[in-house]
Amino acid sequence: MAVATAGRRTAFRSRLGRKIQDNLMAYAFMAGGIACFALFSWYPLVRGVILSFQQINFVTDPYWVGAENFTAIFNDPLFVTAWKNTLVFTGIALVFGFLVPLALSILINEMRHLKGFFRVAVYLPVMLPPIVGVLLFRYFYDPGFGLFNTILRGVGLPESQWTQSSSTAMISLVLVSTWANLGGATLMYLAALQSIPGDLYEAAELDGASAWRRLRHVTLPQLRFIMLVLLLLQVIATMQVFIEPYQLTGTSNPDTVTVMVLIYRYAFTVNQDFGMAAAMSVLLFVVLAIFSAIYLRVTRDRD
Amino acid sequence: MTITTPIRPLPATPPVVPPPKKRRTASSSGATRTLFSETEISRGPGRVVYWLVLTLVFLLFLAVFIFPLYWMFSSAVKTPEEYAQPNPTLFPQSFVPEIYQLAWDRMRIAKFFGNTALYAFGGWLIQLVFQVAVAYALSKLRPMFGKVVLGAMLASLMLPATALLIPAYLTVSDVPIFGWNLLNTPWALWLPAVANAFNIYVLKRFFDQIPNDLLDSAALDGAGRFRVLWSIVLPLSRPVLGVVSIFSIVAIWKDFIWPLLVLQDPETQTLSVALSRLASTSQVPPTQLMAGLAIASVPMIVVFLIFQRSIIGGLAAGSMKG
Repeated sequence: MAVATAGRRTAFRSRLGRKIQDNLMAYAFMAGGIACFALFSWYPLVRGVILSFQQINFVTDPYWVGAENFTAIFNDPLFVTAWKNTLVFTGIALVFGFLVPLALSILINEMRHLKGFFRVAVYLPVMLPPIVGVLLFRYFYDPGFGLFNTILRGVGLPESQWTQSSSTAMISLVLVSTWANLGGATLMYLAALQSIPGDLYEAAELDGASAWRRLRHVTLPQLRFIMLVLLLLQVIATMQVFIEPYQLTGTSNPDTVTVMVLIYRYAFTVNQDFGMAAAMSVLLFVVLAIFSAIYLRVTRDRD
Repeated sequence: MTITTPIRPLPATPPVVPPPKKRRTASSSGATRTLFSETEISRGPGRVVYWLVLTLVFLLFLAVFIFPLYWMFSSAVKTPEEYAQPNPTLFPQSFVPEIYQLAWDRMRIAKFFGNTALYAFGGWLIQLVFQVAVAYALSKLRPMFGKVVLGAMLASLMLPATALLIPAYLTVSDVPIFGWNLLNTPWALWLPAVANAFNIYVLKRFFDQIPNDLLDSAALDGAGRFRVLWSIVLPLSRPVLGVVSIFSIVAIWKDFIWPLLVLQDPETQTLSVALSRLASTSQVPPTQLMAGLAIASVPMIVVFLIFQRSIIGGLAAGSMKG
């Protein structure tokens, strides 16, 4: 009897030992990865919130300043401008970036030839480093010898100042950004289009539905989910716009100061104030988190 | 638009299965039915309209997506005089391929190209090692609190990278506990790149599909955990490792705002950031700048043309949950 218990006990002990050993092993495997997440993802999130209530000068320790950073950015006349510009950019970008990929993908999907070419061509700009697209367009936009004005002259239209006039600056930024990024959404729509069962079209056709009605009542309803997902992703992505205004119109141009540009200015150029930059980041984060939450809700319901 | 690599995973089938081999839609009877039927397109007036639309769309794509690249490569070889004339020439009248050489040497594109390559390949290697280790442990060793760890990692996908920019910059300038200053070192790009939950998720999903029996029988033969990972799991995972590798390298090559902040010393800059800086100074001849842009694009174009099926397939798979 005693022997049996002892036997069971050692068996238990060795199973426990094995379990502990396995866990140690697993965490040894994960140590590097967890450390990187802790240092560069989890900790900065907390630090960002703390920082927005602190002042930091790199000489003394950071000290608490209450809501001063927030009052400082609220009192900055550029604060409202930056949010307004960001919303305008996101709005115009939605008009282009939402409709164009949808239209292109429907067109490509109907093509019986050259599909591979269309897919590669539309995604090629996405592969380029963003700075390449931006600097190429800087040349195209040049009011003097740029390509766009040459084309406008060629077809007898009035020339434009593009990025150098306050009325066209924003739309010029949206154009580059759309050119550089619409490939991703187009290919995602295309994948969704290809998964629409052909029977639906057959049935609609038998019922005498015209091509327009098939598009309206079969294609679009089938794409509803992916359209919503891409809409949300696009809002989240475009609200973080930075490189286009940074490179094309400069960080001090009030016509195109966006939220990210303002954060950059606060931290690295004009103010050198990380507290203000952190406060602005927190606000941006809250706004984006709302869209993220909706996105999560939408995609989770779907699972 | 502005959706490059998904900023968070569309909670999705991992992009591991390359799409089926090129399918010729025309003629084959198994063609998928789309908005228009084969008959509508191949007979009568529909046929004419189809070819007309096809030609127009082809020309449109050529003009919008291919032409700017042609422009970049071709205008770099023009003489500065030709380049600056008010009516741009479609085909270069002059041909000075040495501009590429000049850009490479005089603008020190070579240096920045080397930097970027170092960051991309180093980052790729480090990411692969750490991310595979995490994914393997979560998938096959199943430690206590594994779900919590995975959840915490995936939660980071909900954070827009830009919202963390400022605190992450400060963290990199003085890493807590260790006290390192990583600014202007490759580690400032490499270590944060490891914290990419999307890759870990994709790897774990793939490892989950490898039957445990296979691993158990190897363990019975006396193979340790590491040995099992190295000789069984990894060889089976080649497709997913390929996809993760491509995405890691492309992401580092394209990244702009993070290297702009953490690599402010010109000697350490990436090609993108250096081009941005050079473009803002007036000393650089525009044709050399064009050559610089072309050189920065070539690796990405090559990667894309070679791996287009994995890249496009991965993107499509990412969105296919719906």
